[in-house]
Amino acid sequence: MNKVMSNKWVIALYVLPSLLLLGGLVYIPIVLTGYYGLMSWDGIGEMTFIGLDNYSRLLQDSTFWLSARHSFLLALFSTLSLIAYLAISLILSARLKGSELLRKIYLIPMLLSSVAIAQLWIKIYDPNNGMLNSLLTFLGVENPPAWLADRSTVLIAIFIAIIWQYAGFYIIIYSAALKGIPYSLIEAARIDGATPFQIAYKIKIPLITGVIKVTIILAIVGSLKYFDLIYVMTGGGPNGASEVIASYMYKEAFGRYNFGYGSAIGFALLVLALLTTWLIQKLTASKDELQY
Amino acid sequence: MLGKKSFFLIMLLGLMVVFAACGREDENTNQTSNDVENESVSQDEKVINFMHLWPEGSSRQHHMIVQEIVDEFENDHPGVTVEMEILGNEQYKEKLSVIGASNELPDVGMTWGGGFLDPYVSGNMFANLNDLVTDDFIPGTTDAYTVDDVVYSLPLELNITPVYYNKAIFDQYQLEVPETWDDFKAVVQTLVDHGVTPITLGNRDAWTGSMWYMYLADRIGGPSVLTDAINRDGSFEDPALIQAATEIQELVEMGAFINGFNGIGNDEAKGYFINEQAAMYLMATWDLPEWTTNEDNPQEFRDSVGYFKFPTVEGGAGDIDSYVGGPGVGLFVAEDSDVKEEAKAFVSYFVERWGEMSVINAGVIPATVVDTDGIDLPQMYIDILNDLNEATNLTLYADVQMSASAADVHLNQIQAIFGGEVTPEDFAARHEEALESEE
Repeated sequence: MNKVMSNKWVIALYVLPSLLLLGGLVYIPIVLTGYYGLMSWDGIGEMTFIGLDNYSRLLQDSTFWLSARHSFLLALFSTLSLIAYLAISLILSARLKGSELLRKIYLIPMLLSSVAIAQLWIKIYDPNNGMLNSLLTFLGVENPPAWLADRSTVLIAIFIAIIWQYAGFYIIIYSAALKGIPYSLIEAARIDGATPFQIAYKIKIPLITGVIKVTIILAIVGSLKYFDLIYVMTGGGPNGASEVIASYMYKEAFGRYNFGYGSAIGFALLVLALLTTWLIQKLTASKDELQY
Repeated sequence: MLGKKSFFLIMLLGLMVVFAACGREDENTNQTSNDVENESVSQDEKVINFMHLWPEGSSRQHHMIVQEIVDEFENDHPGVTVEMEILGNEQYKEKLSVIGASNELPDVGMTWGGGFLDPYVSGNMFANLNDLVTDDFIPGTTDAYTVDDVVYSLPLELNITPVYYNKAIFDQYQLEVPETWDDFKAVVQTLVDHGVTPITLGNRDAWTGSMWYMYLADRIGGPSVLTDAINRDGSFEDPALIQAATEIQELVEMGAFINGFNGIGNDEAKGYFINEQAAMYLMATWDLPEWTTNEDNPQEFRDSVGYFKFPTVEGGAGDIDSYVGGPGVGLFVAEDSDVKEEAKAFVSYFVERWGEMSVINAGVIPATVVDTDGIDLPQMYIDILNDLNEATNLTLYADVQMSASAADVHLNQIQAIFGGEVTPEDFAARHEEALESEE
């Protein structure tokens, strides 16, 4: 068996199908996007080579940097929200009554399509008839904010919807990781007199740091390329107040027919995502991986 | 433990199963495509691919008329079938730009006029339809689809934009239909004082707010000031256009528009009008069925909807019979269609039948002349059709007149001026920048 697996041809045989698929659907389009980024192209007519003009324009484009700022803000928020997800998972893993049911309830947003979630939140945030403002008015708040219409509240309103959307996903990941911790460890700690908080902080969390690191990367990269809720809920408005990199890229390429510039934005997004991933891996690297 | 050979054998077998399955699938698809070819050879079957944007769910009557016309066409033209692909408005727009980019347009499809056409025309993707233009079209309606004297699309609809109002709310506060801008502001003020939302506006979509700005520009500066500014014979820094923007901000400050308009989409805004939570709504005549024939809206509400022409501004150059509006969608034929002749025949057949059926069955005002004698229409339609005959000017929607990227700037600036984020002077300057960079 081992002999077979060390044969280079066999390895190639196994790797080739997915390599071709990945190459055709991911890597070649990435290279093409970089190539289109060097062109002036309306998506339909002739392409003209303009060198790095698109990229130098990108560096001076204040809309791009504003949307990049929004994307990074979203990344920050999603990362911070991981703490809440982790806390919920720790509570759920404590074998409480009904924790199974709760876990299923938290998963529901994941089963809805993004557009449905967006429509739901649009209704909640409706400035006059919406659930949220009706509640606020009922509680005696005068002139509640107009959420999606107001430049100062639109981002946070969308972030909350996004955090709600992904709660189930991360809670499931953390729950699965926490389930993998041998019960004997926890029992031993309990006999030694550790409080539930100490067990969580000193035993459970250190044992799942690997998973936590992965979720941080997932959350940050996912946020940087985030598109769907924002596109449906505000379309990047009002006047660019909720524009993120991906929605800006889409607008340039398919709304304003600047495929070349849109591709350049897409490529910049890729570079930013790669840089951030590398940075996080550097920052979170630890020499000794804990083991049971 | 398996020997090396037997392991390989098993793997090979596995692979063979996989490839065999793929192969079979290929054979199958080959066979079906052969079948189609055989059929087309034997019966000389021609297929016109037709993409339209009226799904059964959201545009039921439109959808039914299209289906009827297609059925009739297929009956009259043996050997030609029409295959339809139907998408909702926004999805349609996006799909068209995506398949346009990969040069896979349907034989016949729908397009908008003005700047929307530009990339397709410069990419030489739409066919010349000059020989299909007849006298039946209302003069000027094909202009929006004409580039360098070539008509690239035949319009199906024509819309003007009146201000709809709720008579019940107006009666309750003894309000008269305003004819001048000062009257209009007095109406707004009265409604605000009584805690009623005067105007509903879905400015998340921004073209809605653009129509308010366009009307003010027309009433203050006359019918050509905005169009001139867009096609660079004039400038957005024209005092009339600056004043129009100032008036918008004044209205916003009065509280004329619904709370949170910049976050509300047009459909939601319309909902406020239908729920009688707002007294006025500026929208094109494509919404006429909502106030007349749509059974989903309560009869009591439909009876209470009236409309008035956008009021004139004292001392302004515009008159009350000038409208914001224009043709909506039109039909194009793809330049590299395999069945171009049949596709053209279909388009002209479609336009003719559409003109006869659309106003009665779907309440759409077609771009061809409608003979109102002897047809049974709700009174509001008759009035609008008469107004249309008296119209002195029709200004095409600003975002349609502009190129895609200037339109994007315009729409963002409309949100900004309504939101009070820019001064009227900056508003004009941004437009100038965007339009100048394209020259």
